[in-house]
Order: sequence, then structure tokens, then C-alpha cells
Amino acid sequence: MKRNKSGSEKNTAAFAAAYGMLTALALVFSYVESQIPAFFAVPGMKLGLTNIIVLIALYKMGAKSAMGINILRIVLVSLLFGGFSAMLYSLAGGMLSTVVMILLKKTQRFHIIAVSIAGGVSHNIGQIIVAMIVLNTSGIAWYLAVLWVSGMVSGGLIGLLGALLVKRLPDFGNR
Amino acid sequence: MNKDTRKKSKADVMLIAGLAVVGIFLILYLLLFSGSGKIVEIRVDGNVIKQLPLDTDTVYDINNEYGKNRIVIENGEAYMKEADCPDGLCKNMGKISRKGQSVICLPHRLVIEIKDEQVSSDDVDVIVK
Repeated sequence: MKRNKSGSEKNTAAFAAAYGMLTALALVFSYVESQIPAFFAVPGMKLGLTNIIVLIALYKMGAKSAMGINILRIVLVSLLFGGFSAMLYSLAGGMLSTVVMILLKKTQRFHIIAVSIAGGVSHNIGQIIVAMIVLNTSGIAWYLAVLWVSGMVSGGLIGLLGALLVKRLPDFGNR
Repeated sequence: MNKDTRKKSKADVMLIAGLAVVGIFLILYLLLFSGSGKIVEIRVDGNVIKQLPLDTDTVYDINNEYGKNRIVIENGEAYMKEADCPDGLCKNMGKISRKGQSVICLPHRLVIEIKDEQVSSDDVDVIVK
């Protein structure tokens, strides 16, 4: 909070630096996570490490930055490691969960852990909806049940971590 | 900022409990209302290309413009034995036998789903290799 009062130029630079740093971190987390797919039997079941970054961006830099960093991350990761279909899935899940988290935070009635849990669940729902459209099948209702619960668990864990970090990190400036 | 990281509120409890209830309901629904199926349906791009009985051990190979897959039906369970897709996730999706369960190979647009019974042949869009 103190840092924001020291001149707007410094503020802008600090904001840009934080934006870049968080985007880079999100990229790294995405990569780390992509290296452990066999660990979880059900595709789409994952830790959601990058959600820590989205949470930090949301609480420290505002809704626009959270969305911007997430979209940048998804596009970059898809260009580097994935393909077009992977990008569709990530975008659907990432955008839906980010929108849900932004809206929940806006109400100012929810703890960051609850926000993260809702984000985790909606991320998986978004991916399943795209899968249903792409594959033209409703047979993946099974995964919805599994991913719903796993989204809650991972969202809760990530929210716990996110809460610790948000408490300790300085404000990066709100845009 | 403190407002966001303070102790849990009533709203939090209700949100989390609500999500948990829906999740439990989903799982219960699937466990109670999906018995084991009889037919293994194989679809590419949403079109049914083959239906196989689940109670007969079979090996079914697919080789199309998306890539190669080998589906194995064994002891009343179906699974993806081999696939040349880049991520190989479908091979990790386990064995399926309950109605509605599926194995999906996304890069190859391939879905294997357990069905209750054979659909009428009008609906089957057969691709001859």
C-alpha cells in the first residue's frame, strides 16, 4: 500500500514489472503441471497451480489484470507446448473460472478460499462443456462428477496457498 | 484487502456447502443409476463407426487421418491399449464398463462409450476402411 503513493511513474513501472513477472510465473507453473499428467488418472484432473497466479493477480492487481495474465498465459502455453484444441479447452476453463472468481470477489462477501474453490469447479465445467461440443457426446457426464469434486479439492488447496501469499505480498497497483 | 482474507463468513459456508452437495449428488446419481452396459460404442468426430459387445473379448484397431488407436475389450471392460496421440492421455483413462463411462482420445477425435443397448442401424454411420 505504501509503495503506491510514491509517484505515478514508479507505480506504472512496478505494475508492468509485476504483470510480466506473474505472466512468466504462470507460464512456468503451466509447464511444470503439464509434466505430471500421468500422475492423475482422469484427464483434466489437476492441481491448477496457475490459479495461484490468477488469485494473486486478482487480489493484488485487479480483475482486468487477472483476466489479461490468464489469457496471455493460455495463448503462450498453447503456442509453446500445446495445439489449437488444447487452447480451446484452456481458454474455456480459464476464462469461465476467472470470470466466476472476479464476480465472486466483487461481491466482497466471500473468502479467497471460497472464491478459489468456485474457480476450480468452474474451470473444470468450462472444459467439459467444450469437450461435449467438440466431441458431440454427453458420455462425459462421468467426468463432470469426478472433476467437480477434484476441482473443489484443488481449488481449496490453491485457495489456502493463495490466501497466505495475498496476505504477505505487497500491492502491485490496481488497474 | 483484509476483508478478503478474513475468517470464513456465512456466505462462504453456504457457497462451499452448496458446491459440495451438488458434487455429492452428481456422484450418487451416477453410482445409483448407471449399471454396467452391454455395448462398446466407438465414435470418430461424433459419428458412430463401430459397436462391439462388451462381453466378448476383442481387439479393435482404428487407423484414420487423425492417427492410430487400439481398443481392447477384455473381461467385460474396455480400454485404450495403444495410441499414437502426442499426450497418450487416453491410455491412462483406465478401464470402463459402466453405462455412460467413456474413454476419450481428444487429438484423434475418438470417443469410446459404454452403452446400454444397440442403437438402430439407421443411426449408425459406418465408415469402411
